Amino acid sequence: MLKPVRTLVTASLLLAGSAVSAAETVKLALIDPLTGPMAAAGQPAFEHLKLEAERINANGGLNGAKLEIVGLDNKVNPQESLVQLQKAINDGVQLVTQGNGSSVASALITSVEKHNRRNPGKEVLYLNYAAVDPAFTNERCSYWHFRFDANADMKMNALTNYIANNEDIHKVYLINQDYSFGHAVSKSAQEMLKQKRPDIEIVGNDFHPLAKVKDFTPYVSKIQASGADAVISGNWGQDITLLVKAAAEFGLKAPFYTYYGASSGVVTQLGDKGVDRIYQINEYYGDFEDPEMAKRQVEMYEKTNWDFYYLRLSTMLDMLKAAADKAGSTDPKDLAKALEGLSIETPTGEVTMRAEDHQIQLPMFISVMKDGMKYGAEGTDYNFHKVAEIARDDVTLPTTCRMRRPN
Amino acid sequence: MLEIILFSLLNGILYGLLLFMLSSGLTLIFSMMGVLNFAHASFYMLGAYFAYTLGMHTGFWAALILAPILVGVVGSLVERFGLRRVHVNGHVAELLFTFGLAYVIDELVQLTWGTVAVPYREPDYLREPLFTLFGTDYSIFRGVVILISILMFVALWYLLKKTRVGMMIRAALTHGAMVGHLGHNVPRLFMLVFGFGCALAGLAGVIGGPLLATEPGMAATLGPIVFVVVVVGGMGSLPGAFYASLLIGLLQTFFVAIDASVADILGIFGLQIDPYGEVARITLANLAPMTPFILLVLMLIFRPRGLMGELEP
Repeated sequence: MLKPVRTLVTASLLLAGSAVSAAETVKLALIDPLTGPMAAAGQPAFEHLKLEAERINANGGLNGAKLEIVGLDNKVNPQESLVQLQKAINDGVQLVTQGNGSSVASALITSVEKHNRRNPGKEVLYLNYAAVDPAFTNERCSYWHFRFDANADMKMNALTNYIANNEDIHKVYLINQDYSFGHAVSKSAQEMLKQKRPDIEIVGNDFHPLAKVKDFTPYVSKIQASGADAVISGNWGQDITLLVKAAAEFGLKAPFYTYYGASSGVVTQLGDKGVDRIYQINEYYGDFEDPEMAKRQVEMYEKTNWDFYYLRLSTMLDMLKAAADKAGSTDPKDLAKALEGLSIETPTGEVTMRAEDHQIQLPMFISVMKDGMKYGAEGTDYNFHKVAEIARDDVTLPTTCRMRRPN
Repeated sequence: MLEIILFSLLNGILYGLLLFMLSSGLTLIFSMMGVLNFAHASFYMLGAYFAYTLGMHTGFWAALILAPILVGVVGSLVERFGLRRVHVNGHVAELLFTFGLAYVIDELVQLTWGTVAVPYREPDYLREPLFTLFGTDYSIFRGVVILISILMFVALWYLLKKTRVGMMIRAALTHGAMVGHLGHNVPRLFMLVFGFGCALAGLAGVIGGPLLATEPGMAATLGPIVFVVVVVGGMGSLPGAFYASLLIGLLQTFFVAIDASVADILGIFGLQIDPYGEVARITLANLAPMTPFILLVLMLIFRPRGLMGELEP
């Protein structure tokens, strides 16, 4: 007797809810370090999202709804992130995004899964733009998690292909942050180099504490003494800036092959000493040819004082809009369904959200720091210049994910 | 191997000297006024930020002089209008006051200079190599830092041992009341020592900013280590603080450089305490950030008065 009534009430509440949100705003909460040593990774993402949300809203928003970005500071701390997630949920936020730190991402995935199981009808969608531990789209894959960045293995796949073709490299040094992501980078570097260039010797494999080291000079002395002719590092935030700064100061000749070498601060800190020495694997590069993108780069730096670094955030919002328009709804459940297998055109080519594991498939680029660029990073003349493009099919890797979908 | 030892030695000494510049002020203030200044590292941070802002107008060298003076003035004002009033309520109140002050300075720095690192760098010509050994450059700036630290150490020694003010300070350390009865203005002396200690921290900030990173977290990272230096060296002992700074500087650098695990080290002594390798597998490099605190714990257990301290803490 009671059951149909309850269903009816829930249904009408749901209808009312979606009707209201369609007419008004959809909130997307960014849970990332906005203060502290890693803020230089979170702040530009926040500004980027806000700027791109304006563009999305000017083009009709998410299925007519206005997109609003909320910033929540987690200090790269998993516990703090869960508090912020709960706060966001209490405020009625159903879309969250996070990128900095796979340790945080891991906690968020578990928590979002649990929340969605217990609160049907109030699902939360987690859009991951930079936490690249491969596990999240393999053994730990989740229906409510979508990754808009290539994972650590995909990046390493592309990077080692490039290194394997460089006959001058015989000794490689690995230095990474001591947590799941850093270990994933180190492991895949060793495996892939062994397979592609068995003659390359790994002369060092260091792990240092995350966001704690201020003085990398002892590590640099070690690298120098090892005789390495290339360094691979997945460091991000302050850990990459200070690492390459120390290396430049001590005149380390070996080039750095990095995941995040173009992070904010690197160009300013290194100046001349970074030229031809810092390589980066990313979905974007500094001297991107498209005039429309150049305009956006300049606009973002003028307005926010941060560089246009996270193209994947623009891609993420574009895909979210495409999914919302396709589904005719902004309900997370409909969005998730529409995102699966969705393809859109981006300035770098077509990208697809693979339905199997919710891992984006996209082309990648290797770029190197150069002087005298038309559009310099951080108000300088330095920026990252493309040296190689890796096609989507050469980036992709199979998945072991066995997705459990809600009925 | 030789190059690792040589450069670890140079880096360790440099880091140690920087620590000493910070801890000398702290230990002076502590031995004189009995105040464990929790905000000491915040003055170090202020030094770096002041030098960054001043440096944009005056250049690096003028900022090197002006910023510590400015920090010293701020420190004196804090003592004159804050600490002196709190002093009547005892040591706990003073401790709480400096604790709160550290937070206030942290917040003010974030409000003024933002939450991310500022691009504070040494001038370009100081980034050139001073000498090159085994293919590794040692920048002029690092040489300058070592020189400044040694000059500061000599000046401090001269001030304390050879001047009238130094005599008063040394007398006030042990017999504060007596110095007062002899007609010296002890509160003013306190203010000057507090300001001077803060200025030393500010100087450390001016040279530590470009060396490490100028960001709002810099006080929080170095603060605890400075306390370790003071405790390990012996509360209130300047020579103790000097040796403890160098010890911690060298330990931290060498631990990173040595590629060995705890098990390897124990193995040398023929010990096999951890057959499953759960704990002993930890490498010394991973232990490096912990070494000051391990030293602190060991010191408090086995020699509570520190290396050269005269008093039990």
